[in-house]
Amino acid sequence: MVKVLYFARLREALGTAGEEVALPASVTTLAGLRAVLSARGGAWSEELAANRRIRAAVNQIMADEQTAIADGDEVAFFPPVTGG
Amino acid sequence: MTVRVQTQDFDASAEIGALRRGNPKVGAVASFIGIVRDVNEGAVAEMALEHYPGMTERAIEEIVTQARGRWDIFDALVIHRVGTLKPTDQIVLVVVTSGHRGDAFAACEFIMDYLKTRAPFWKKERTPSGERWVEARTSDDIAAERWRLKG
Repeated sequence: MVKVLYFARLREALGTAGEEVALPASVTTLAGLRAVLSARGGAWSEELAANRRIRAAVNQIMADEQTAIADGDEVAFFPPVTGG
Repeated sequence: MTVRVQTQDFDASAEIGALRRGNPKVGAVASFIGIVRDVNEGAVAEMALEHYPGMTERAIEEIVTQARGRWDIFDALVIHRVGTLKPTDQIVLVVVTSGHRGDAFAACEFIMDYLKTRAPFWKKERTPSGERWVEARTSDDIAAERWRLKG
């Protein structure tokens, strides 16, 4: 299982702040997880579509599509940041 | 290095005093304060700031560590507020101490530019016509990009 968190606009659109997701054996990267979530349809497909500008972190460090993920990781998806 | 994420306001003068106290080698202090404006792409009545607890502190510490590696600075402080803020409220404080102004100015600006594009905060504005998430600005990406080290 990986812990998946959603922030800001994504959290609101998806209706959840986070969940535990069982990783299919074939999923080893952030891009793979994004595709699994996106395949749920509805808001998931819309918000996590490949052309949507979203950012992600793995174990609280900014990550990219190719970043490896494994059981026990904390993954977060969020819009580009707007602090400061 | 001190990094704080908090809902309460801060006293910039007291924070600057505390950061440089006891170090007679400090010859320069650069500071930046970000303030909530009453207008962005429309009137703003109020703003809600959320963040990713844990990652936020870690991301800012990483930015300060990079600044320390690039400029000759003694210490740095970053305070960022979260929660509900109103126009004229202070949002963020960055303070850098150094022997000379060049390093202090550069490190302070670098920390702010990187914080804008790498620290996980999100702003939602409450306007007379409803709520809206603030969109990231390309100008912030360009500002951060200026600091990239030429390979």
